[in-house]
Amino acid sequence: MKNISFLLVGIVFGITMFKSEAISWYRIQEMFLFDSFHMYGIIGVAVVLGAALHQLIKRSGLKNIQGDQITFNDKPKTYIASIIGGTIFGLGWAVTGACPGPIYVLIGSGYLSFVLVLLGGLIGALLYGILRSKLPH
Amino acid sequence: MEIIQSSWHWGFSGFMIVLVMFCLIYLGQRFGVSSSFKAFCSIAGAGKGISYFDYDWKSQSWLLLFVLGSVAGGFIASNFMANSSVMPLADDTLQYLSQLGFSEPSPGSIAPEEIFELSNLSNIKILSLLLAGGMLIGFGTRYAGGCTSGHAISGLSNLQLPSLVAVIGFFVGGLAMTYFILPLIFTS
Repeated sequence: MKNISFLLVGIVFGITMFKSEAISWYRIQEMFLFDSFHMYGIIGVAVVLGAALHQLIKRSGLKNIQGDQITFNDKPKTYIASIIGGTIFGLGWAVTGACPGPIYVLIGSGYLSFVLVLLGGLIGALLYGILRSKLPH
Repeated sequence: MEIIQSSWHWGFSGFMIVLVMFCLIYLGQRFGVSSSFKAFCSIAGAGKGISYFDYDWKSQSWLLLFVLGSVAGGFIASNFMANSSVMPLADDTLQYLSQLGFSEPSPGSIAPEEIFELSNLSNIKILSLLLAGGMLIGFGTRYAGGCTSGHAISGLSNLQLPSLVAVIGFFVGGLAMTYFILPLIFTS
């Protein structure tokens, strides 16, 4: 039953990504060219509403479906990894017009060239795993 | 029918993303898609020689269902909820892209055929571009410890400083690509 829930939430996510046009290469160029508010609106609303949601969950002590109190882990303070890794990802985001979530949605939408982007993504993750101990974090 | 056929307003789209994030939190997980790359590498056996992939990927099986759902969602939306009109892009963007040799999007198109048309895979430049772009995404998100969902949405909304630094990086890379590198690749 729980497995079906994750599948369903994924379907809602996929439809949202498609209908919001956030998976569009054109919209990503428009964002990086600062020509439209569209993408900033999507991310901005998600961050502001999301911040309210985090506060609400923390203050109300909401329990999750298993009955455990919901807690949030802090992200590791690896700032060098954040900035270098983030910049490398940004290059890939702007050239393909897709971040990891949209890659999957685009494949489902029939843009099968993104299978190659996904393959590249797996190779890139593999390379990171191999080089990890040699990289500054 | 409006919500089915036409594109969604950015405000509604942002709300729906938060709804997805809340569902995942309530189900006991966190919103972050790039971890799926790590899980797929581990499933393929990368944990045998590389410690980074030597973990119980079954703990991530929920995420594999989530990305499977994302593929299905893309299929459903593109087949039954597609917007057949031309995407309303900013004029300045269209003009910039036309200088790089990209024609205006055709009705219903969300990605340029100059790159993503399947027949272009026989073009070695386009093939390497797609593969290299994917590698930058996979390497970069794993190095940074998250992507748009994990850092920009989950991380920023939980006021995480490392996420803000990562998002600044996303823009440093993205701006460099759109303003400087794409014009080098696509000079018409």
